[in-house]
Amino acid sequence: MTDSALADVAALGPKKPWWRRNQQKVTPWLFLAPGILFFLVYVIVPIFQSFQISFLDWDGLGQKEFIGLGNYVELMDDEAFYTSLKNNIIWLTLYLLAVPAGLFIALFLNQTVTGIRLYKSLFFFPFVISQVVVGLVFSWFYDPTFGLMNEFIGLFGLGPIAVLGDERFVTYGIIAAGLWPQTAYCMILYLTGLNAVDPEQIEAARLDGAKGIKMLWYVVLPQLRPATFIAFVVTIIGALRSFDLISIMTQGGPWGSSRVLSFYMYEKSLSEYGFRMGYGAAIAVILFLIMMVFITIFLVKMYRDEKG
Amino acid sequence: MFPTPIDKTSRAWQLTYQTMLPLALIMWLLPLIAVAIFSVKPAADFASGNYWGMPSSFDFLANYTRVFAESPMPRYILNSFFITVPTVIGAVALSCMTGFALGVYKFKGNIWIFFLFVAGNFVPFQILMVPVRDMTISLGLYDTKTGLVMFHIAFQTGFCTLFMRNFIKALPHELIEAARVEGVAEWRIFWYVVLPLMKPAIAALSVLIFTFIWNDFFWAVVLTQGPDSQPVTAGITSFNAQFGTAYHMLSAGSIIAALPPVAMFFLMQKHFIAGLTLGAVK
Repeated sequence: MTDSALADVAALGPKKPWWRRNQQKVTPWLFLAPGILFFLVYVIVPIFQSFQISFLDWDGLGQKEFIGLGNYVELMDDEAFYTSLKNNIIWLTLYLLAVPAGLFIALFLNQTVTGIRLYKSLFFFPFVISQVVVGLVFSWFYDPTFGLMNEFIGLFGLGPIAVLGDERFVTYGIIAAGLWPQTAYCMILYLTGLNAVDPEQIEAARLDGAKGIKMLWYVVLPQLRPATFIAFVVTIIGALRSFDLISIMTQGGPWGSSRVLSFYMYEKSLSEYGFRMGYGAAIAVILFLIMMVFITIFLVKMYRDEKG
Repeated sequence: MFPTPIDKTSRAWQLTYQTMLPLALIMWLLPLIAVAIFSVKPAADFASGNYWGMPSSFDFLANYTRVFAESPMPRYILNSFFITVPTVIGAVALSCMTGFALGVYKFKGNIWIFFLFVAGNFVPFQILMVPVRDMTISLGLYDTKTGLVMFHIAFQTGFCTLFMRNFIKALPHELIEAARVEGVAEWRIFWYVVLPLMKPAIAALSVLIFTFIWNDFFWAVVLTQGPDSQPVTAGITSFNAQFGTAYHMLSAGSIIAALPPVAMFFLMQKHFIAGLTLGAVK
Protein backbone atom coordinates (compact mmCIF):
# COMPACT_ATOMS: atom_id res chain seq x y z
CA MET A 1 0.00 0.00 0.00
CA THR A 2 1.33 3.44 -0.94
CA ASP A 3 1.74 6.27 1.51
CA SER A 4 -0.96 8.40 -0.03
CA ALA A 5 -3.54 5.64 0.22
CA LEU A 6 -2.68 5.21 3.86
CA ALA A 7 -3.11 8.94 4.37
CA ASP A 8 -6.58 8.75 2.80
CA VAL A 9 -7.66 6.04 5.17
CA ALA A 10 -6.23 7.97 8.10
CA ALA A 11 -8.11 11.10 7.02
CA LEU A 12 -11.40 9.21 7.25
CA GLY A 13 -10.38 8.29 10.73
CA PRO A 14 -13.09 8.15 13.35
CA LYS A 15 -15.47 9.99 11.04
CA LYS A 16 -17.94 7.74 9.23
CA PRO A 17 -17.67 7.66 5.43
CA TRP A 18 -19.81 10.18 3.51
CA TRP A 19 -22.37 7.62 2.47
CA ARG A 20 -22.85 6.41 6.00
CA ARG A 21 -23.45 9.95 7.26
CA ASN A 22 -25.78 11.08 4.51
CA GLN A 23 -27.58 7.88 3.77
CA GLN A 24 -30.84 8.95 5.33
CA LYS A 25 -30.86 12.25 3.47
CA VAL A 26 -29.96 10.88 0.06
CA THR A 27 -31.95 7.65 0.05
CA PRO A 28 -35.43 9.19 -0.33
CA TRP A 29 -34.28 11.15 -3.36
CA LEU A 30 -32.77 8.10 -4.98
CA PHE A 31 -36.03 6.25 -4.45
CA LEU A 32 -38.07 9.16 -5.76
CA ALA A 33 -35.95 9.87 -8.81
CA PRO A 34 -37.39 7.38 -11.34
CA GLY A 35 -40.99 8.01 -10.33
CA ILE A 36 -40.64 11.78 -10.37
CA LEU A 37 -38.79 11.69 -13.68
CA PHE A 38 -41.53 9.67 -15.37
CA PHE A 39 -44.26 11.77 -13.85
CA LEU A 40 -42.62 15.05 -14.77
CA VAL A 41 -42.01 14.06 -18.37
CA TYR A 42 -45.45 12.59 -19.04
CA VAL A 43 -47.74 14.55 -16.74
CA ILE A 44 -46.41 17.76 -15.23
CA VAL A 45 -44.45 19.20 -18.15
CA PRO A 46 -47.23 18.44 -20.69
CA ILE A 47 -49.68 20.48 -18.59
CA PHE A 48 -47.50 23.56 -19.08
CA GLN A 49 -46.90 22.69 -22.71
CA SER A 50 -50.65 22.59 -23.28
CA PHE A 51 -50.93 26.10 -21.86
CA GLN A 52 -48.25 27.18 -24.33
CA ILE A 53 -49.84 25.41 -27.27
CA SER A 54 -53.18 27.07 -26.48
CA PHE A 55 -51.60 30.36 -27.59
CA LEU A 56 -50.61 28.91 -30.96
CA ASP A 57 -52.22 28.33 -34.29
CA TRP A 58 -50.84 24.89 -35.09
CA ASP A 59 -51.94 21.86 -37.06
CA GLY A 60 -49.59 19.52 -35.22
CA LEU A 61 -47.09 19.24 -38.06
CA GLY A 62 -46.44 22.54 -39.80
CA GLN A 63 -45.45 26.00 -38.71
CA LYS A 64 -46.45 27.15 -35.22
CA GLU A 65 -47.83 30.63 -35.19
CA PHE A 66 -48.20 32.59 -31.98
CA ILE A 67 -51.61 34.19 -31.82
CA GLY A 68 -51.81 35.15 -28.16
CA LEU A 69 -55.31 34.81 -26.81
CA GLY A 70 -56.71 34.24 -30.29
CA ASN A 71 -57.97 30.75 -29.56
CA TYR A 72 -59.69 31.87 -26.38
CA VAL A 73 -61.31 34.80 -28.14
CA GLU A 74 -62.62 32.44 -30.78
CA LEU A 75 -63.94 30.11 -28.07
CA MET A 76 -66.06 32.93 -26.67
CA ASP A 77 -68.03 32.99 -29.91
CA ASP A 78 -68.13 29.25 -30.45
CA GLU A 79 -71.61 27.88 -30.00
CA ALA A 80 -70.32 24.30 -29.81
CA PHE A 81 -68.14 25.34 -26.89
CA TYR A 82 -71.17 26.56 -24.96
CA THR A 83 -73.11 23.39 -25.78
CA SER A 84 -70.20 21.36 -24.43
CA LEU A 85 -69.92 23.50 -21.33
CA LYS A 86 -73.64 23.25 -20.69
CA ASN A 87 -73.49 19.47 -21.10
CA ASN A 88 -70.56 19.32 -18.72
CA ILE A 89 -72.68 21.06 -16.11
CA ILE A 90 -75.57 18.65 -16.72
CA TRP A 91 -73.14 15.75 -16.39
CA LEU A 92 -71.69 17.14 -13.19
CA THR A 93 -75.10 17.63 -11.60
CA LEU A 94 -76.80 14.42 -12.63
CA TYR A 95 -73.75 12.22 -12.20
CA LEU A 96 -73.85 13.06 -8.51
CA LEU A 97 -77.03 11.01 -8.30
CA ALA A 98 -74.65 8.06 -8.21
CA VAL A 99 -73.78 8.98 -4.63
CA PRO A 100 -77.27 8.64 -3.05
CA ALA A 101 -78.09 5.76 -5.41
CA GLY A 102 -74.93 3.98 -4.30
CA LEU A 103 -75.84 4.57 -0.66
CA PHE A 104 -79.32 3.22 -1.27
CA ILE A 105 -78.08 -0.02 -2.83
CA ALA A 106 -75.43 -0.38 -0.14
CA LEU A 107 -78.10 -0.13 2.56
CA PHE A 108 -80.21 -2.64 0.68
CA LEU A 109 -77.34 -5.12 0.49
CA ASN A 110 -75.95 -4.54 3.98
CA GLN A 111 -77.39 -7.73 5.41
CA THR A 112 -75.99 -11.07 6.41
CA VAL A 113 -78.17 -13.52 4.53
CA THR A 114 -76.78 -16.49 2.65
CA GLY A 115 -75.13 -15.65 -0.63
CA ILE A 116 -75.01 -11.92 0.07
CA ARG A 117 -71.32 -11.74 -0.76
CA LEU A 118 -72.02 -13.01 -4.23
CA TYR A 119 -74.83 -10.48 -4.57
CA LYS A 120 -72.53 -7.67 -3.54
CA SER A 121 -69.91 -8.58 -6.09
CA LEU A 122 -72.47 -9.07 -8.86
CA PHE A 123 -73.88 -5.64 -8.12
CA PHE A 124 -70.38 -4.27 -8.50
CA PHE A 125 -70.00 -5.86 -11.91
CA PRO A 126 -70.79 -2.81 -14.08
CA PHE A 127 -67.80 -0.97 -12.68
CA VAL A 128 -65.36 -3.69 -13.67
CA ILE A 129 -66.21 -3.81 -17.35
CA SER A 130 -64.96 -1.23 -19.80
CA GLN A 131 -67.05 1.84 -20.55
CA VAL A 132 -66.67 0.89 -24.18
CA VAL A 133 -68.70 -2.24 -23.54
CA VAL A 134 -71.14 -0.34 -21.31
CA GLY A 135 -71.62 2.16 -24.13
CA LEU A 136 -72.30 -0.55 -26.71
CA VAL A 137 -74.74 -2.34 -24.45
CA PHE A 138 -76.68 0.82 -23.68
CA SER A 139 -76.87 1.90 -27.29
CA TRP A 140 -78.63 -1.39 -28.03
CA PHE A 141 -80.78 -0.91 -24.99
CA TYR A 142 -81.89 2.48 -26.41
CA ASP A 143 -82.25 1.30 -30.00
CA PRO A 144 -85.62 2.53 -31.30
CA THR A 145 -86.33 -0.56 -33.43
CA PHE A 146 -85.50 -3.39 -31.07
CA GLY A 147 -84.12 -1.83 -27.86
CA LEU A 148 -85.32 -3.22 -24.59
CA MET A 149 -86.25 0.23 -23.34
CA ASN A 150 -88.69 0.78 -26.18
CA GLU A 151 -90.19 -2.66 -25.72
CA PHE A 152 -90.79 -1.61 -22.16
CA ILE A 153 -92.31 1.83 -22.76
CA GLY A 154 -94.28 0.22 -25.57
CA LEU A 155 -96.16 -1.65 -22.85
CA PHE A 156 -97.54 1.71 -21.76
CA GLY A 157 -98.39 2.65 -25.33
CA LEU A 158 -95.46 5.05 -25.61
CA GLY A 159 -92.59 5.42 -27.99
CA PRO A 160 -90.58 4.44 -29.76
CA ILE A 161 -88.07 7.06 -28.68
CA ALA A 162 -84.70 7.26 -30.40
CA VAL A 163 -82.90 8.37 -27.25
CA LEU A 164 -79.49 8.74 -28.86
CA GLY A 165 -80.83 10.36 -32.02
CA ASP A 166 -82.82 13.04 -30.25
CA GLU A 167 -81.14 16.26 -29.19
CA ARG A 168 -83.46 16.58 -26.23
CA PHE A 169 -82.67 13.21 -24.70
CA VAL A 170 -79.23 12.24 -25.87
CA THR A 171 -77.12 13.67 -23.04
CA TYR A 172 -79.46 12.30 -20.41
CA GLY A 173 -79.38 8.90 -22.08
CA ILE A 174 -75.60 8.80 -21.99
CA ILE A 175 -75.48 10.01 -18.39
CA ALA A 176 -77.90 7.23 -17.41
CA ALA A 177 -75.46 4.74 -18.93
CA GLY A 178 -72.61 6.37 -17.00
CA LEU A 179 -74.55 6.31 -13.75
CA TRP A 180 -74.75 2.56 -13.93
CA PRO A 181 -71.05 1.80 -13.26
CA GLN A 182 -70.59 4.92 -11.13
CA THR A 183 -73.40 3.89 -8.78
CA ALA A 184 -71.72 0.52 -8.40
CA TYR A 185 -68.51 2.29 -7.41
CA CYS A 186 -70.24 4.46 -4.80
CA MET A 187 -72.05 1.38 -3.52
CA ILE A 188 -68.77 -0.38 -2.78
CA LEU A 189 -67.42 2.68 -0.98
CA TYR A 190 -70.53 2.79 1.19
CA LEU A 191 -70.59 -0.95 1.83
CA THR A 192 -67.08 -0.73 3.20
CA GLY A 193 -68.05 2.36 5.15
CA LEU A 194 -71.04 0.63 6.68
CA ASN A 195 -68.76 -2.14 7.89
CA ALA A 196 -66.92 0.40 9.99
CA VAL A 197 -70.02 2.01 11.53
CA ASP A 198 -69.90 1.68 15.28
CA PRO A 199 -72.55 -0.87 16.37
CA GLU A 200 -72.64 0.50 19.91
CA GLN A 201 -73.72 3.93 18.73
CA ILE A 202 -76.43 2.32 16.65
CA GLU A 203 -77.64 0.34 19.64
CA ALA A 204 -77.57 3.40 21.87
CA ALA A 205 -79.56 5.38 19.31
CA ARG A 206 -82.04 2.53 19.04
CA LEU A 207 -82.60 2.61 22.78
CA ASP A 208 -83.30 6.32 22.39
CA GLY A 209 -85.98 5.41 19.88
CA ALA A 210 -84.19 6.45 16.69
CA LYS A 211 -84.89 4.41 13.59
CA GLY A 212 -85.23 4.52 9.83
CA ILE A 213 -84.47 7.83 8.14
CA LYS A 214 -83.75 9.61 11.42
CA MET A 215 -81.20 7.02 12.42
CA LEU A 216 -79.64 7.21 8.96
CA TRP A 217 -79.42 10.99 8.97
CA TYR A 218 -78.26 11.65 12.53
CA VAL A 219 -76.26 8.56 13.42
CA VAL A 220 -75.15 6.64 10.34
CA LEU A 221 -74.39 9.32 7.77
CA PRO A 222 -72.05 11.32 10.02
CA GLN A 223 -70.02 8.15 10.46
CA LEU A 224 -70.00 7.60 6.72
CA ARG A 225 -68.48 10.99 6.00
CA PRO A 226 -65.11 9.71 4.75
CA ALA A 227 -66.88 7.39 2.30
CA THR A 228 -69.19 10.18 1.18
CA PHE A 229 -66.27 12.48 0.59
CA ILE A 230 -64.42 9.98 -1.58
CA ALA A 231 -67.64 9.15 -3.43
CA PHE A 232 -68.09 12.84 -4.27
CA VAL A 233 -64.48 13.21 -5.39
CA VAL A 234 -64.46 10.23 -7.71
CA THR A 235 -67.89 11.07 -9.11
CA ILE A 236 -67.07 14.70 -9.86
CA ILE A 237 -63.77 13.78 -11.48
CA GLY A 238 -65.53 11.00 -13.40
CA ALA A 239 -68.22 13.37 -14.64
CA LEU A 240 -65.71 15.91 -15.92
CA ARG A 241 -63.57 13.21 -17.51
CA SER A 242 -66.47 11.57 -19.35
CA PHE A 243 -65.29 10.72 -22.83
CA ASP A 244 -65.55 7.01 -23.57
CA LEU A 245 -69.33 6.76 -23.46
CA ILE A 246 -69.88 9.80 -25.65
CA SER A 247 -67.32 8.64 -28.15
CA ILE A 248 -68.80 5.14 -28.34
CA MET A 249 -72.50 5.96 -28.15
CA THR A 250 -72.91 9.11 -30.26
CA GLN A 251 -69.59 10.59 -31.39
CA GLY A 252 -70.93 13.80 -29.89
CA GLY A 253 -74.02 13.78 -32.07
CA PRO A 254 -76.69 14.33 -33.17
CA TRP A 255 -75.32 17.62 -34.50
CA GLY A 256 -72.88 17.97 -31.65
CA SER A 257 -75.63 18.07 -29.06
CA SER A 258 -74.05 15.49 -26.77
CA ARG A 259 -70.52 16.91 -26.82
CA VAL A 260 -68.73 17.72 -23.60
CA LEU A 261 -65.48 19.66 -23.31
CA SER A 262 -63.31 16.55 -23.17
CA PHE A 263 -64.87 15.20 -26.34
CA TYR A 264 -64.98 18.52 -28.17
CA MET A 265 -61.31 19.02 -27.46
CA TYR A 266 -60.49 15.65 -28.96
CA GLU A 267 -62.64 16.35 -31.96
CA LYS A 268 -60.97 19.68 -32.63
CA SER A 269 -57.45 18.28 -32.32
CA LEU A 270 -57.57 14.80 -33.76
CA SER A 271 -60.44 14.12 -36.07
CA GLU A 272 -61.76 14.78 -39.50
CA TYR A 273 -62.86 18.18 -38.21
CA GLY A 274 -59.24 19.20 -38.49
CA PHE A 275 -56.06 19.17 -36.55
CA ARG A 276 -56.35 22.39 -34.61
CA MET A 277 -53.95 21.62 -31.77
CA GLY A 278 -53.95 25.17 -30.41
CA TYR A 279 -57.71 25.44 -30.30
CA GLY A 280 -57.97 21.99 -28.75
CA ALA A 281 -55.38 22.90 -26.15
CA ALA A 282 -57.37 26.03 -25.27
CA ILE A 283 -60.45 23.89 -24.61
CA ALA A 284 -58.33 21.51 -22.54
CA VAL A 285 -56.99 24.42 -20.50
CA ILE A 286 -60.53 25.53 -19.66
CA LEU A 287 -61.47 22.00 -18.64
CA PHE A 288 -58.28 21.76 -16.60
CA LEU A 289 -59.06 25.02 -14.77
CA ILE A 290 -62.57 23.82 -13.93
CA MET A 291 -61.12 20.55 -12.67
CA MET A 292 -58.44 22.39 -10.67
CA VAL A 293 -61.15 23.96 -8.51
CA PHE A 294 -62.20 20.50 -7.34
CA ILE A 295 -58.66 19.16 -7.13
CA THR A 296 -57.69 22.10 -4.93
CA ILE A 297 -60.61 21.52 -2.59
CA PHE A 298 -59.55 17.89 -2.35
CA LEU A 299 -55.92 18.76 -1.66
CA VAL A 300 -56.82 21.35 0.98
CA LYS A 301 -58.86 18.73 2.81
CA MET A 302 -56.01 16.24 2.54
CA TYR A 303 -53.58 18.85 3.86
CA ARG A 304 -55.80 19.49 6.89
CA ASP A 305 -56.10 15.76 7.56
CA GLU A 306 -52.31 15.41 7.39
CA LYS A 307 -51.78 18.26 9.85
CA GLY A 308 -54.66 17.32 12.09
CA MET B 1 -75.66 -2.75 12.40
CA PHE B 2 -77.69 -0.52 10.12
CA PRO B 3 -80.23 -1.21 8.73
CA THR B 4 -81.70 -3.69 11.22
CA PRO B 5 -80.44 -7.23 10.57
CA ILE B 6 -83.00 -9.07 8.54
CA ASP B 7 -83.27 -12.01 10.93
CA LYS B 8 -84.52 -9.64 13.61
CA THR B 9 -87.41 -8.41 11.51
CA SER B 10 -90.86 -9.86 10.90
CA ARG B 11 -91.26 -13.06 8.90
CA ALA B 12 -93.14 -11.17 6.16
CA TRP B 13 -90.35 -8.66 5.69
CA GLN B 14 -87.77 -11.44 5.63
CA LEU B 15 -89.62 -13.15 2.81
CA THR B 16 -90.02 -9.89 0.90
CA TYR B 17 -86.32 -9.24 1.19
CA GLN B 18 -85.42 -12.73 0.02
CA THR B 19 -87.53 -12.34 -3.11
CA MET B 20 -86.49 -8.75 -3.80
CA LEU B 21 -82.82 -9.59 -3.76
CA PRO B 22 -82.68 -11.73 -6.94
CA LEU B 23 -85.23 -9.51 -8.69
CA ALA B 24 -83.18 -6.41 -8.01
CA LEU B 25 -80.07 -8.15 -9.25
CA ILE B 26 -81.73 -9.20 -12.50
CA MET B 27 -82.98 -5.65 -13.09
CA TRP B 28 -79.55 -4.25 -12.29
CA LEU B 29 -77.72 -6.61 -14.64
CA LEU B 30 -80.40 -6.73 -17.30
CA PRO B 31 -78.26 -5.06 -19.99
CA LEU B 32 -75.49 -7.57 -19.40
CA ILE B 33 -77.83 -10.53 -19.27
CA ALA B 34 -79.26 -9.40 -22.58
CA VAL B 35 -75.81 -9.25 -24.14
CA ALA B 36 -74.97 -12.69 -22.79
CA ILE B 37 -78.13 -14.10 -24.37
CA PHE B 38 -77.48 -12.21 -27.61
CA SER B 39 -74.07 -13.80 -27.84
CA VAL B 40 -75.41 -17.35 -27.96
CA LYS B 41 -78.21 -16.70 -30.44
CA PRO B 42 -77.99 -17.74 -34.08
CA ALA B 43 -78.00 -14.99 -36.71
CA ALA B 44 -81.41 -16.14 -37.91
CA ASP B 45 -83.04 -15.02 -34.67
CA PHE B 46 -82.09 -11.41 -35.32
CA ALA B 47 -83.23 -11.60 -38.91
CA SER B 48 -86.62 -12.86 -37.82
CA GLY B 49 -86.95 -10.19 -35.14
CA ASN B 50 -86.51 -12.53 -32.19
CA TYR B 51 -84.42 -10.11 -30.14
CA TRP B 52 -85.70 -10.68 -26.65
CA GLY B 53 -87.21 -14.13 -26.85
CA MET B 54 -85.37 -17.32 -26.04
CA PRO B 55 -82.68 -18.32 -28.56
CA SER B 56 -84.07 -20.74 -31.13
CA SER B 57 -80.82 -22.66 -30.77
CA PHE B 58 -77.70 -22.24 -28.68
CA ASP B 59 -74.89 -21.20 -30.98
CA PHE B 60 -72.40 -20.45 -28.26
CA LEU B 61 -69.53 -22.33 -29.84
CA ALA B 62 -70.17 -21.14 -33.39
CA ASN B 63 -70.40 -17.46 -32.45
CA TYR B 64 -67.38 -17.37 -30.21
CA THR B 65 -65.24 -19.40 -32.60
CA ARG B 66 -66.15 -17.01 -35.37
CA VAL B 67 -64.99 -14.06 -33.28
CA PHE B 68 -61.63 -15.70 -32.88
CA ALA B 69 -61.32 -17.03 -36.40
CA GLU B 70 -62.69 -14.22 -38.53
CA SER B 71 -61.66 -11.02 -36.78
CA PRO B 72 -58.44 -9.57 -35.39
CA MET B 73 -59.93 -10.03 -31.91
CA PRO B 74 -57.22 -12.49 -30.72
CA ARG B 75 -54.62 -9.93 -31.77
CA TYR B 76 -56.38 -7.14 -29.83
CA ILE B 77 -56.69 -9.29 -26.74
CA LEU B 78 -53.02 -10.19 -26.92
CA ASN B 79 -52.11 -6.52 -27.36
CA SER B 80 -54.16 -5.66 -24.30
CA PHE B 81 -52.16 -8.16 -22.27
CA PHE B 82 -48.87 -6.88 -23.63
CA ILE B 83 -49.88 -3.35 -22.68
CA THR B 84 -51.48 -4.10 -19.34
CA VAL B 85 -49.01 -6.48 -17.73
CA PRO B 86 -45.85 -4.35 -18.19
CA THR B 87 -47.78 -1.28 -17.04
CA VAL B 88 -48.87 -3.00 -13.85
CA ILE B 89 -45.32 -4.15 -13.12
CA GLY B 90 -43.80 -0.77 -13.95
CA ALA B 91 -46.28 1.41 -12.08
CA VAL B 92 -46.29 -0.80 -8.99
CA ALA B 93 -42.47 -0.96 -8.92
CA LEU B 94 -42.07 2.79 -9.27
CA SER B 95 -44.69 3.54 -6.67
CA CYS B 96 -43.26 1.09 -4.14
CA MET B 97 -40.16 3.24 -4.30
CA THR B 98 -41.87 6.64 -4.25
CA GLY B 99 -44.28 5.46 -1.58
CA PHE B 100 -41.37 4.27 0.55
CA ALA B 101 -39.54 7.58 0.15
CA LEU B 102 -42.60 9.67 0.95
CA GLY B 103 -43.98 7.46 3.70
CA VAL B 104 -40.82 6.76 5.69
CA TYR B 105 -38.59 9.83 5.44
CA LYS B 106 -39.14 13.30 6.77
CA PHE B 107 -37.60 15.88 4.49
CA LYS B 108 -38.38 19.31 3.19
CA GLY B 109 -40.90 19.23 0.37
CA ASN B 110 -42.14 15.75 1.20
CA ILE B 111 -45.79 16.71 1.30
CA TRP B 112 -45.53 18.90 -1.80
CA ILE B 113 -44.07 16.12 -3.88
CA PHE B 114 -46.82 13.88 -2.58
CA PHE B 115 -49.45 16.44 -3.55
CA LEU B 116 -47.88 16.79 -6.98
CA PHE B 117 -48.54 13.10 -7.58
CA VAL B 118 -52.06 13.31 -6.18
CA ALA B 119 -53.03 16.38 -8.19
CA GLY B 120 -51.48 15.04 -11.38
CA ASN B 121 -53.49 11.88 -10.99
CA PHE B 122 -56.75 13.86 -11.19
CA VAL B 123 -56.06 16.12 -14.18
CA PRO B 124 -58.22 15.68 -17.27
CA PHE B 125 -56.47 13.57 -19.90
CA GLN B 126 -57.09 16.22 -22.53
CA ILE B 127 -54.62 18.64 -20.97
CA LEU B 128 -51.90 16.05 -21.61
CA MET B 129 -53.12 14.83 -24.96
CA VAL B 130 -51.42 17.08 -27.51
CA PRO B 131 -47.96 17.22 -25.85
CA VAL B 132 -47.90 13.51 -24.97
CA ARG B 133 -48.96 12.49 -28.45
CA ASP B 134 -46.38 14.81 -29.91
CA MET B 135 -43.63 13.44 -27.70
CA THR B 136 -44.64 9.87 -28.44
CA ILE B 137 -44.40 10.58 -32.17
CA SER B 138 -40.99 12.20 -31.86
CA LEU B 139 -39.70 9.28 -29.77
CA GLY B 140 -40.81 6.99 -32.58
CA LEU B 141 -43.23 5.28 -30.23
CA TYR B 142 -46.48 6.33 -31.87
CA ASP B 143 -48.66 3.34 -32.71
CA THR B 144 -46.55 1.00 -30.58
CA LYS B 145 -47.46 -0.86 -27.44
CA THR B 146 -44.31 0.52 -25.81
CA GLY B 147 -45.56 4.06 -26.30
CA LEU B 148 -48.79 3.28 -24.49
CA VAL B 149 -47.01 1.39 -21.73
CA MET B 150 -44.63 4.29 -21.08
CA PHE B 151 -47.45 6.76 -20.72
CA HIS B 152 -49.60 4.47 -18.59
CA ILE B 153 -46.74 3.73 -16.21
CA ALA B 154 -46.05 7.42 -15.78
CA PHE B 155 -49.64 8.42 -15.26
CA GLN B 156 -50.57 5.54 -12.96
CA THR B 157 -47.55 6.31 -10.79
CA GLY B 158 -49.60 9.25 -9.50
CA PHE B 159 -52.43 7.16 -8.14
CA CYS B 160 -50.15 4.33 -7.06
CA THR B 161 -47.94 6.71 -5.11
CA LEU B 162 -50.95 8.09 -3.25
CA PHE B 163 -51.95 4.56 -2.41
CA MET B 164 -48.53 3.19 -1.43
CA ARG B 165 -47.51 6.21 0.58
CA ASN B 166 -50.66 6.04 2.70
CA PHE B 167 -50.20 2.32 3.17
CA ILE B 168 -46.56 2.61 4.21
CA LYS B 169 -47.30 5.53 6.50
CA ALA B 170 -49.72 3.32 8.41
CA LEU B 171 -47.10 0.59 8.96
CA PRO B 172 -45.50 0.36 12.41
CA HIS B 173 -42.52 2.70 12.24
CA GLU B 174 -40.72 0.91 15.11
CA LEU B 175 -39.70 -1.88 12.74
CA ILE B 176 -37.76 0.58 10.63
CA GLU B 177 -36.22 2.30 13.65
CA ALA B 178 -35.15 -1.06 15.05
CA ALA B 179 -33.49 -1.97 11.78
CA ARG B 180 -31.68 1.36 11.71
CA VAL B 181 -30.32 0.85 15.20
CA GLU B 182 -28.96 -2.48 14.00
CA GLY B 183 -27.14 -0.55 11.30
CA VAL B 184 -29.06 -1.98 8.37
CA ALA B 185 -28.56 0.00 5.17
CA GLU B 186 -31.59 2.03 4.03
CA TRP B 187 -32.11 0.14 0.77
CA ARG B 188 -31.97 -3.11 2.70
CA ILE B 189 -34.66 -1.77 5.01
CA PHE B 190 -36.76 -1.17 1.92
CA TRP B 191 -36.08 -4.60 0.50
CA TYR B 192 -36.14 -6.80 3.60
CA VAL B 193 -38.36 -4.91 6.05
CA VAL B 194 -40.86 -2.76 4.17
CA LEU B 195 -41.40 -4.61 0.90
CA PRO B 196 -42.56 -7.87 2.52
CA LEU B 197 -45.11 -5.89 4.53
CA MET B 198 -46.39 -4.28 1.35
CA LYS B 199 -47.58 -7.52 -0.22
CA PRO B 200 -51.30 -6.86 0.37
CA ALA B 201 -50.96 -3.34 -1.04
CA ILE B 202 -49.08 -4.65 -4.06
CA ALA B 203 -51.78 -7.23 -4.69
CA ALA B 204 -54.56 -4.66 -4.34
CA LEU B 205 -52.87 -2.16 -6.62
CA SER B 206 -52.02 -4.75 -9.24
CA VAL B 207 -55.61 -5.87 -9.69
CA LEU B 208 -56.86 -2.31 -9.72
CA ILE B 209 -54.31 -1.07 -12.24
CA PHE B 210 -54.89 -4.13 -14.38
CA THR B 211 -58.57 -3.21 -14.64
CA PHE B 212 -57.93 0.49 -15.23
CA ILE B 213 -55.42 -0.11 -18.00
CA TRP B 214 -57.33 -2.94 -19.62
CA ASN B 215 -60.37 -0.69 -19.81
CA ASP B 216 -58.52 2.39 -21.04
CA PHE B 217 -59.96 3.70 -24.27
CA PHE B 218 -58.87 7.30 -24.59
CA TRP B 219 -55.12 6.78 -24.74
CA ALA B 220 -55.50 3.75 -26.94
CA VAL B 221 -57.27 5.94 -29.48
CA VAL B 222 -54.83 8.83 -29.13
CA LEU B 223 -51.57 6.88 -29.21
CA THR B 224 -52.28 3.88 -31.45
CA GLN B 225 -54.11 2.85 -34.58
CA GLY B 226 -54.68 -0.51 -36.20
CA PRO B 227 -54.57 -4.10 -34.97
CA ASP B 228 -50.79 -4.22 -34.59
CA SER B 229 -50.78 -2.25 -31.41
CA GLN B 230 -54.35 -1.39 -30.42
CA PRO B 231 -55.83 -2.93 -27.31
CA VAL B 232 -59.23 -4.53 -27.32
CA THR B 233 -61.15 -1.45 -26.13
CA ALA B 234 -60.09 0.49 -29.21
CA GLY B 235 -60.22 -2.58 -31.41
CA ILE B 236 -63.84 -3.18 -30.66
CA THR B 237 -64.80 -0.09 -32.67
CA SER B 238 -63.34 -1.58 -35.83
CA PHE B 239 -64.80 -4.92 -34.82
CA ASN B 240 -68.10 -3.08 -34.73
CA ALA B 241 -67.55 -1.73 -38.20
CA GLN B 242 -66.73 -5.21 -39.46
CA PHE B 243 -69.80 -6.92 -38.05
CA GLY B 244 -72.23 -4.02 -38.36
CA THR B 245 -75.60 -5.29 -37.26
CA ALA B 246 -74.52 -8.84 -36.49
CA TYR B 247 -75.55 -8.45 -32.87
CA HIS B 248 -74.64 -11.98 -31.87
CA MET B 249 -71.06 -11.37 -33.02
CA LEU B 250 -70.84 -7.96 -31.42
CA SER B 251 -72.11 -9.39 -28.17
CA ALA B 252 -69.69 -12.28 -28.21
CA GLY B 253 -66.87 -9.84 -28.96
CA SER B 254 -67.87 -7.50 -26.13
CA ILE B 255 -68.03 -10.36 -23.68
CA ILE B 256 -64.60 -11.60 -24.65
CA ALA B 257 -63.25 -8.06 -24.24
CA ALA B 258 -64.78 -7.73 -20.80
CA LEU B 259 -63.80 -11.15 -19.51
CA PRO B 260 -60.18 -10.67 -18.32
CA PRO B 261 -60.88 -7.82 -15.87
CA VAL B 262 -64.03 -9.58 -14.69
CA ALA B 263 -62.11 -12.79 -14.08
CA MET B 264 -59.41 -10.79 -12.31
CA PHE B 265 -62.01 -9.15 -10.11
CA PHE B 266 -63.60 -12.42 -9.08
CA LEU B 267 -60.29 -14.11 -8.38
CA MET B 268 -58.89 -11.23 -6.37
CA GLN B 269 -62.07 -9.66 -5.06
CA LYS B 270 -60.84 -9.05 -1.55
CA HIS B 271 -57.77 -7.18 -2.79
CA PHE B 272 -59.70 -5.28 -5.41
CA ILE B 273 -62.17 -3.84 -2.95
CA ALA B 274 -59.47 -3.17 -0.38
CA GLY B 275 -57.68 -1.20 -3.06
CA LEU B 276 -60.66 0.86 -4.08
CA THR B 277 -61.63 1.79 -0.58
CA LEU B 278 -58.24 2.35 0.99
CA GLY B 279 -58.30 5.72 2.60
CA ALA B 280 -62.05 6.02 2.24
CA VAL B 281 -62.68 4.35 5.53
CA LYS B 282 -60.43 4.64 8.51
